[in-house]
Order: sequence, then structure tokens, then C-alpha cells
Amino acid sequence: MKYADYYAALGVERGASADEIRKAYRRLAQKHHPDVSKEPGAEARFKEIAEAYQTLKDPEKRAAYDALGSRPQGEDFRPPPDWARQHGGAGAEQFSFEDVDFSDLFSRFGGGGAGRRGGPLPGQDFEVPAEISLEDAFRGTTLSLSLSMPEYDAAGILRRVPHNVKARIAPGAVDGQRLRLPGKGGKGFHGGRDGDLYLDITLKPHRLYRPTGHDLYLDLPLAPWEAALGATVEIPTLSGPVSLKVPAGTSAARKLRLAGRGLPKPRGGAGDLIAVAQIVVPGETGERERELYEKLAEAASFNPRQHFAEENA
Amino acid sequence: MSIEAEVLWLDEHRAVSLRELVELSGLRETELLELVHSGAIPARDSPGAGYSFGAQVITVARTACRLRNDFELDTRGLAVALRLLERVHKLEEEVARLRAELPR
Repeated sequence: MKYADYYAALGVERGASADEIRKAYRRLAQKHHPDVSKEPGAEARFKEIAEAYQTLKDPEKRAAYDALGSRPQGEDFRPPPDWARQHGGAGAEQFSFEDVDFSDLFSRFGGGGAGRRGGPLPGQDFEVPAEISLEDAFRGTTLSLSLSMPEYDAAGILRRVPHNVKARIAPGAVDGQRLRLPGKGGKGFHGGRDGDLYLDITLKPHRLYRPTGHDLYLDLPLAPWEAALGATVEIPTLSGPVSLKVPAGTSAARKLRLAGRGLPKPRGGAGDLIAVAQIVVPGETGERERELYEKLAEAASFNPRQHFAEENA
Repeated sequence: MSIEAEVLWLDEHRAVSLRELVELSGLRETELLELVHSGAIPARDSPGAGYSFGAQVITVARTACRLRNDFELDTRGLAVALRLLERVHKLEEEVARLRAELPR
């Protein structure tokens, strides 16, 4: 297992008082709590802080932690031979620390004692993010998750156990959709119920579509003459190309809605595909095209900045 | 080898009872009822019929439990935090929708 420096995680001295530890935790928790902070890495940082506080706020666990000595953060180590007996109660010296994570050590030692209490303990719930493509959200997909979960062994020690879970995601998941997989979290102990696994779905960015709920936005580039004269253009949708009639006189940013061409909804129906017109001008203009533009400029009475003139009048 | 798991969508189409919500969230029933009475957790049916909730509320109630444990908040503090978080989520959704409307 890898040593974790709990005092460093909270930014306090090893001799810090309980009050100093509590204040440091509160200050850091307010900054890094994943329900409050959207900073990258906030969740992992909060996990470190919470793990440190859970151990250091409890005098018995803190004493057991201190007895491990001070080591560099992340150093490979194993508790000293007499440590388990001193801090784990009767029979504890027989335990093997194989597959035990440092963060789970104090669930059994230093007064944790899940194995010593004997009563039922529910398995832990887990929340994991699951990123899927827009195409998978549209068609549905099966996720294969490989997770490492802490589970109580017969002696009440939490050990990391690999879990493989397959989850069929029906069509229609949107960004932020939560799913619950009952009983797929950590195993219960002494008859306690198994925990649940929660999936937090996010959609990978797509090169064409921008989803919002079940609707999809798509940029629709139009040549100036297509926007002015109207046109029928082929546009891609997640179920294949469709024809879209662009009305004459379409300005940039006009939204053209294709009902039911967005993401399917889990209980029937579907969102819309919204094509947002963009007028695109060729970078280089040929001689003939330039002549035609100049003729158009001479003939046209249209002033797109009329409202500027009215403002200055 | 892994067996395909049962997958439940946490949305408004699925109902959960007060008892289930207590079990799934980790909150005590009294805490949950206080949050319901304060309006921070919306119930679907009237108390006369026995409280029921849309399953999307599970996420809110679990967040409340996490905040209670991590910040040692009482239910009044939790109610304020949940309402503020709801506002933040709605604003984030609005920002995401407006961004989606903008051309790249």
C-alpha cells in the first residue's frame, strides 16, 4: 500500500490540535467539495481531505495513524508487525495487508472495528462518471465497467476487489442523466444489503452536433445565394441524411427546426434537430463571380445597417 | 465474467416512496420530511396518499446527505444549500443551452 500524509493533506502540523484540524478541514472542504467546486481535480482533492479528516478527527484512529510514523507521501509501505495487534484488538496480528488500500486501513484498525462489531453493515454506494458518444446515446449502448471496490472480508477488513459490471444504456440518455444499478456497489457485511452503483452520464463533445437536453444544434453553412434565394440542402442527422428546405431570405443565426430528429426520449418521442444558418462567403472570388457581385451591389437597395443611420439622425 | 446489471433511470417517470428515499439517500426520515416541508426536496403526491417522489429526487437527497456529513449542516442549512445548488444547476443548463445555440 502507499502511505498517505494526512497532515500534509490538511496543511497542518503533526502536533495540530483537534480544533486546528477541524478548521483546516472545513476551510478546504468549502473550497474543494465536488458539490460546490467545478475545478478540475476537485473531487480527487476532496477525497484526500475527507480521508485525512475521517482519521485525524478520531483520537483513537489518529493515534493508530501516528504510530505508523512519518513517511514521504506515496511511499510503498506495510504497517509494522506489532501495529496490527496494538491497534486492531484480539486476533488482529494474523491479518494480511494484501489488497488493503491505505484509505481503508482505519475502517478496521484504530477503533474502526467493522469486523469486531458483528452487526450488519450495508455495502458502500459508488458513483462513477460514464462518458458516452452522442451516437451511443442515440442508439443505446452497453457499458463494460471495470471497478475496484472496497469490500469487507470475513475479518471485517476492507480489501480492494475487482468488479466487472455490464450495463445496458437504453437510447435517449442525455448529459447529466443519472442511472442506478441496484446491488452493484460494495458487498454488504454480516447480512447488510449490497450497495448500489450510480452512473453519471456525460456526452462526449461531437464534431457536428451540440446537444442540449434531447435537442441537437447543428451549424448550417449556406452560400449567400442559397440564403437569399432559398434552397433545398441535405443535412446529416444521427439517423442518416435528410433534405431541409431553406426559405428564401434566410439570415444568419436563423433557426430551422427538424422536429423529432434529435435524441430519442426514453419513453417515446424525440427531441428536435435545430439547424442554425450561417452565411459563408468564399475566401477567393473569381472574376465572373466578382462582376456579378458588383452588379448586385449596384442593383440592390438593401441596407443592412439602416438602424445605424436612424440612430445617428 | 460479468452479468448485465439492472439499470434504473433516475427520472420523473419512476416513483420512489419515502421509505425507499430514506434507504437510498442515507438521510433520516425526519430530516427528509423537513427538507420536503421546506420545499428543498419536491414531493409528487400529497401526504394523505403517502409521500412519493420522482426518482430524480434520489440524486438531490443523496447530495443532501453528503453535504450533511461533509459540512455537518443541519436541515435548515441543507435546505438553503440545496436551493442554491438547484439555482446553480438551472443556470448551468441555461448557459449550456445558450452555448449550444451559438455557432462554432
